[in-house]
Amino acid sequence: MVRIGILLTTISFNTLSSARSPLFAAVNEKVQDTASFVSPFTAANDRCFKCHGQDKYEYTNATLGKQVKDIMCSERIIHKKEFYSSNHKSFSCTDCHSEEYVKFPHSGELRMEQKYICIDCHGGDEKFAKYHFEEIDSEYRKSTHFKMESDGFTCWKCHNPHTYKISVRTNDNLKETIAYDNAICLNCHSDFSRFQLLSDKAEMDIIKEHDWLPNQTSHFANVRCIECHTKINNNIPVAHQIRPKGEAVRLCNECHSQNSILMASLYKFESKEKRRDGFFNGIILNASYVIGANRNAYLNLISLIIFVVVLIVIVGHISFRIKKKFNSSKEK
Amino acid sequence: MYLYPKWIRVWHVINALTFLVLIITGLSMQYTDKENASYVVGFAKAVRMHNFAALVLVLNYIFFVTGNLLTDNGKYYRIGRKNFISDLVKQFKYYSSGMFKGEKHPFPVTEERKFNPLQKVTYVLALYVAFPLLVISGIGLLFPEITITSVFGISGLILTDILHITMGFFLSIFMIIHIYTCTLGHKPTSLFRGIITGYHVSEDE
Repeated sequence: MVRIGILLTTISFNTLSSARSPLFAAVNEKVQDTASFVSPFTAANDRCFKCHGQDKYEYTNATLGKQVKDIMCSERIIHKKEFYSSNHKSFSCTDCHSEEYVKFPHSGELRMEQKYICIDCHGGDEKFAKYHFEEIDSEYRKSTHFKMESDGFTCWKCHNPHTYKISVRTNDNLKETIAYDNAICLNCHSDFSRFQLLSDKAEMDIIKEHDWLPNQTSHFANVRCIECHTKINNNIPVAHQIRPKGEAVRLCNECHSQNSILMASLYKFESKEKRRDGFFNGIILNASYVIGANRNAYLNLISLIIFVVVLIVIVGHISFRIKKKFNSSKEK
Repeated sequence: MYLYPKWIRVWHVINALTFLVLIITGLSMQYTDKENASYVVGFAKAVRMHNFAALVLVLNYIFFVTGNLLTDNGKYYRIGRKNFISDLVKQFKYYSSGMFKGEKHPFPVTEERKFNPLQKVTYVLALYVAFPLLVISGIGLLFPEITITSVFGISGLILTDILHITMGFFLSIFMIIHIYTCTLGHKPTSLFRGIITGYHVSEDE
């Protein structure tokens, strides 16, 4: 039953050291919607993508009177394919950015513009009511991210507005979702150049910090960081209250038990039809296997019956032996 | 009669103790819950103890198999085809009725026949069938990255685990029956004494 040699597709934190790593790109590629989407703003957006959709841009320098080619700052590059498969694919660039950007060269002042955050559009809208954005916002405000870096931290630090795509609710491949979601955390937590934009703390080694965790590689490939590092809130789709380091889940039983917290987090979106009869937390079996959380009701019953039968036979045997001894001592 | 050499007795006691630890810690992992985090043994502690005891058990098993190959102790585990079923039936009948009627043991212990037919079959099944399956599936759970991910859509780990807990369960049942049948000697304690001292006391002695 155990066939040695076939390796699990494990994602090590080393290889996921940055969201811009080739692996992240590969994962991101897979998560993307393959259905072709044609934006009504294609032509208008293309004016922006002409420069911002690639590594180099080209313009006519009127002062010098010649064509100039230059390198686009990596932070200002938005890949067209990624954008058109993201949640915000139907948007025009100027829905969120100033119309003034149409002019080139862009005015320096435009960079100082106040950017929207999720709640600006998603808050107070009936269409998004079921996602409880207001509660997500209030949970985020209680999170250690907001408390420690309220000035620098915004929704966008995790949810890149140009590329972010809902995965856990829509993707059937849980492993991909896990890698995609973990890459969001690792984007800063394993890339010090980004991390120091928000924190003055010293660089940390994620692998070393998690030394205490048994089967580290397996855990990292099969659960998301947020499983242990957030406080579960059943009213919102995904927990947003990131807990301080000291409050992270460390007790194995939190997940490795019949009432595993994974059922309220990682596995909450799996449909009930997928559950397997007889197995407690059977849903977990579709993607993985969690010792202590998966129990089979039938096997439990059968083993209990066998155990009881064995005990009855032994007790019966003992009583016959006692009876025999009693009879033989009487005969004597 | 001297029946259990020292190496067998050492193997047996290590096997018994590690198996007890494995049963207790195995149950602790399988039936642990959030409300009673320290159920029998806490999960984290249970994992560490289970892994360590398993390592000792496997090394001890290698010692046992090697011992059986190097000495003539292996002969006691060889099952002959002659009268196989009828001997089993004879022994079963003795245990279930004959012994209460004062009948003589159909297969008295001698230096050439340490185990009765039923005992021999059970030991062979436990030590050479269930035990290797338990160890292989245990390795699969200890190193989940080498375990096949899915078999016909079912997680390979759950199949490995079912095999592991089923073998663990049967060997636990074996242990209970084994301990009980050890009270069936000349006196209820004589067989226990035998595995400690090495000397078997039969009814005729």
